[in-house]
Amino acid sequence: MTVLLEPDQHADPSVVEDRPRGIDPALPKVDRVFHGVARSIGALVLVIMGAIGVFLGYQSIPTFQRYGFGFFTESQWQPEKDLLGISSVLIGTFTVAIVALAIAFPLALATALYISEYAPAKIKSGLVSLIDLMAAIPSIVWGLWGFFLIQPKAIHIAHWLHTHLGWVSFFHVDTDPNASQWAQSRYAASAFIAGIAVAMMVLPMAAAVMRQVFSQAPPGEREAALALGSTKWGMVRTVVIPFGRGGIIGGTMLSMGRALGETIAVVLIISPSFSIKFAPLEVGTETVSALIAGRFGEATSAQLSALLTAGFVLFIITLIINTLAALIVARSRSGALTD
Amino acid sequence: MTALVDTAPLGETHAPGGTLEAKAISAWFGSNKVLEKVSLTMPANTVTALIGPSGCGKSTFLRILNRMHELIPSAQLNGEVLLDGDDIYASGHRITETRKRVGMVFQKPNPFPAMSLADNVTAGLKLTGTRVSRGDREALIERSLTRAGLWKEVKDRLKEPGAALSGGQQQRLCIARSLAVEPEVLLMDEPCSALDPTSTRRVEETIYEIKDQVTIVIVTHNMQQAARVSQQCAFFLAEMGTPGGIVEAGATEQIFGDPRDPRTEDYVNGRFG
Repeated sequence: MTVLLEPDQHADPSVVEDRPRGIDPALPKVDRVFHGVARSIGALVLVIMGAIGVFLGYQSIPTFQRYGFGFFTESQWQPEKDLLGISSVLIGTFTVAIVALAIAFPLALATALYISEYAPAKIKSGLVSLIDLMAAIPSIVWGLWGFFLIQPKAIHIAHWLHTHLGWVSFFHVDTDPNASQWAQSRYAASAFIAGIAVAMMVLPMAAAVMRQVFSQAPPGEREAALALGSTKWGMVRTVVIPFGRGGIIGGTMLSMGRALGETIAVVLIISPSFSIKFAPLEVGTETVSALIAGRFGEATSAQLSALLTAGFVLFIITLIINTLAALIVARSRSGALTD
Repeated sequence: MTALVDTAPLGETHAPGGTLEAKAISAWFGSNKVLEKVSLTMPANTVTALIGPSGCGKSTFLRILNRMHELIPSAQLNGEVLLDGDDIYASGHRITETRKRVGMVFQKPNPFPAMSLADNVTAGLKLTGTRVSRGDREALIERSLTRAGLWKEVKDRLKEPGAALSGGQQQRLCIARSLAVEPEVLLMDEPCSALDPTSTRRVEETIYEIKDQVTIVIVTHNMQQAARVSQQCAFFLAEMGTPGGIVEAGATEQIFGDPRDPRTEDYVNGRFG
């Protein structure tokens, strides 16, 4: 047999290099077609996303060329004086988002824990759809709700916080809280009130992500805790919450991404103000998206580029936050459930 | 029972095991009845093995003994379980107290994976709000791990997470965790079915060593294991379409050597199931 072959590797199997051989999966046609369709649709989503980024980035070039880094440090947005910058707007954007998260986080956590751990089976699915329904309420409705129903109440909360915690700069408002006729208008149209409306908008998503990871907590570990004589709360604290930590953080950050971009409800509630301050209770603030919505109509082409640049900055920030959130969820035990 | 004086040094004594008495236990999942009027006495400080083919209700019966059964939404039951004479299902009996006194080891090892080995052992104390001093805690960790036959293997790595152990070690860690709360009864639901022969032997040695301090009820599919570790045996069977029940219960030697019921004889000799 071997005489026909060159005295190469074939003659002596021990000489053959031992490395993984290629395997042809030989998928049936149906599988190949489905594979192709699924992959192209997935790629399309990425392409659209990338195209938006490229478009915004391209539109931003003139603005960055003209204002340079000053675009990030200038607080005013006065095209007539050629003053364009987003420092105060970015601060306002984050102020609204942080207030929204400070309100939404505990509510979402409690809601998710109640639904996944305590709610009787009969009302569980009803509650889940109710929360999902909350996400379907248009943001303009939340804006109106915030403006007409919440604002008249919230200014009293803001006044109370200012009166009692005003020594913390975060709660400071530039007026005398103890005046016999305290200035209600100083507490209206603030980041605090906008934040309440935005909180209601991000709550369903945060609660849904958290509920999902809580419900995946391993039954074996739950039973282990209970069989040791734990109370239900003890079990939740030692098994469910540690297991769901990735989902808690990830869900909160995803909500943060949404809160940063929320527009119409914020536009309705706040009155524009461009000062660099971190005073959520005080009247007036401005966010990137509210700025774009408010100035878009009357903008010249140079101003339009500046607005798109502001949008580009927000896009990048949101992208980073959402990517981090996705990474955290995927790396946590709850996200990488292989067991 | 024994006239020997207890020579264990102070601080190493354990509450003696409790007596469990199941009286006319029936159980349902939804409308499906899985156990019918099962009565069995599990005397203190003995190992009772529950044997029988799959689906005969052994595990359900075991889970009824420490009120884990009711965690399943559609589960219901009837009858009484007396722990040292008191019905654990009587109103006013705290479920957490019952489960603390009647511990459980599961089929699949379920340590808390993110907790260190030491924290796993003392998890039960933390969960039941039992406070111990630092020194006592360390002594308790060593004692519990020693009783579970794991101390020598892990004494230098107590800070590693529970998930870092092999399956057999994890199961012994779970036994140590259960023993740390000093239960009177330890229920074991096929504790060795996921383990290799060596780990199985270690768990059996552990059972042998702790049976003087704690009453053990073990579900097993392994006839040799039942014969090796138990003093008393109950053979469960659910015949076609009927709920499960005990065919025969008695001393292990009698069940394996001289069973009264032909079905028991067939089962222990491996002729069915």
